Amino acid sequence: MRDMNSRRENNSLDERIGKLLLEREVEDFIAREAAMLDEWRLDEWLGLFTDDGRYMVPSTDIPGGDPKETLGIINDDMARLRGRVERLKSRHAHREFPWSRTRRFITNVRIKEMTEEEIQVNASFLVYRIRSGQVDPLIGGYIYTLKRMDGALKIAVRTAVLDLEALRPHGTLSIIL
Amino acid sequence: MNRHEVIREDRSGGIFRVHRSVFSSAEIAALEQANIFQRCWLYLGHDSEIPNVGDYRRRTVAGQPLFWVRGSDGRVRAFYNSCTHWGANVCRVDQGNAEVFQCFYHAWTFNNRGDLVSVPDETGYGEGFCKEAMGLVSPPRVDNYRGLYFVSFNPEVEDLVSYLAEAKDYIDLILDQSEEGWRVVPGTQKYSVRANWKMFSLNSLDNYHVRPLHSTFFKYTESLGAGDPPVSPPNDFPGTQGRALSLRNGHGVDVFQSLTRARPIAHWHPILGEDSKEEIRSRRVRLVEKFGEERAYLMCNTNRLMLVYPNFALHDIAGVSLRYFEPTGPDYMEVTVQTLAPVDESAGLLNRRLENFLSFLGPGGFAHPDDIEAMESAQLGFRASGPEWIDASRGMQREGTALDEIHVRAFWRQWHANVLGRAKAERDHD
Repeated sequence: MRDMNSRRENNSLDERIGKLLLEREVEDFIAREAAMLDEWRLDEWLGLFTDDGRYMVPSTDIPGGDPKETLGIINDDMARLRGRVERLKSRHAHREFPWSRTRRFITNVRIKEMTEEEIQVNASFLVYRIRSGQVDPLIGGYIYTLKRMDGALKIAVRTAVLDLEALRPHGTLSIIL
Repeated sequence: MNRHEVIREDRSGGIFRVHRSVFSSAEIAALEQANIFQRCWLYLGHDSEIPNVGDYRRRTVAGQPLFWVRGSDGRVRAFYNSCTHWGANVCRVDQGNAEVFQCFYHAWTFNNRGDLVSVPDETGYGEGFCKEAMGLVSPPRVDNYRGLYFVSFNPEVEDLVSYLAEAKDYIDLILDQSEEGWRVVPGTQKYSVRANWKMFSLNSLDNYHVRPLHSTFFKYTESLGAGDPPVSPPNDFPGTQGRALSLRNGHGVDVFQSLTRARPIAHWHPILGEDSKEEIRSRRVRLVEKFGEERAYLMCNTNRLMLVYPNFALHDIAGVSLRYFEPTGPDYMEVTVQTLAPVDESAGLLNRRLENFLSFLGPGGFAHPDDIEAMESAQLGFRASGPEWIDASRGMQREGTALDEIHVRAFWRQWHANVLGRAKAERDHD
């Protein structure tokens, strides 16, 4: 009887430690991702995605909109996302040449759901874009679908949902949010 | 700068210049409010946004809070969004469906036809108080052309169809592309530009900038491979030259061949996906049957950058976009963008249409952010006191092409007439 109880406690301690380690791993993953974006290490950032990854920013009036039937702001499959990165590295992406400075504050990282294949993670963001004398804050939340591949976490879906009512006074979403 | 002299035109020398102060002067901005935004027809919305009785949408037009609603009698009305009692907004969300609009302040209640139907403690009002006269107030004029609703704050404004002048023909050319009609796709791009609103009008017509400014976009689409081969234009269409046209009353359009570029109606390109090929090609066949090869060519194989004066850009390129913008000061504007799709379009092609739209257009596209950068950069450039004028002379002394500024000059002439207090420009054309 006593053995069983202590085993149960051990199991639950293992589970709790496992959960804590996963939370740390996910938080660390997101922090490293943010640093890649702030430092414009965009090729490295692309490597975080699965081959069929997706990056989306819905419109501000329908934040939960399905991009297949709702006009959003960004809906990139990997071909478009690679195109976006290629463009941002060019000196002809005039809105981002020279690159703006950005600083990302990402908090409230929560693991919402976990299956064998996927981890769904929500987080809050405050991203500042600084350029041409303007400081524009972008406020909202991330919804990630992460997958573990060969031991490492990869991004299958990355949706940035803006809390802003409009991209005003920002004008554009020319950085990767 | 005297406002009579802010435009300099030398027809024999082929010179057309606009004084830069018109982009930053508070005096000009006030004249524009009074003589343009309070006097022209301004875009309000599309019929499909309020399909059912009670459906409503909230909008700001020329700085004025409005909402428009389909009343219980099926009629579409626009109202100033202000309670006739103490003025609070009676419509407090962007869209929805309602039988009544109850003011949250003192609970005065209006039905969806605008009548005041309930006043708490009504006995407190004297004999002279007439509930019937206290309904919601409508802007003087509301009308629609083929489902595109416009509003005017000017009771004397000419009829909408007459105001649209030749822009009407190009609206037809776009709307006729779908036999079953069009709907606004849910989802609105709302953004701003730190520039004078006229930069958006001009940029919406201008094709001269497209190749140099948007080279990264073309690099991307060209990397995806070639679309269906270009279709030969009819005899009277100036081929790859295209044309820039004044459509009278300040409206203009730039028409050019789409060549191998994607058009959901109806020119297939890999960006629209293999699975949509058949739907796109079969629509073209139907349009040829219905309208003949010549008109079908214009519908399916040319693009249009159209401006309905003063601030409604209707673009028929990678998709049909409705873009309207208005100033909140001389150097700042608010922009709203929606897109139309045929009501009978398959889910697969709609998805591709939206992906294609987002590749080029919108605040996160591969092209439009650079338009915004250019407009804002020009606005900063206008602070320089050395150079006094901007130039809009291109194509004054040749048979005009799509890269010329004929429509841009038409805009300026109408604008100048309005700013000087006249309803119409003396000339619509060079």
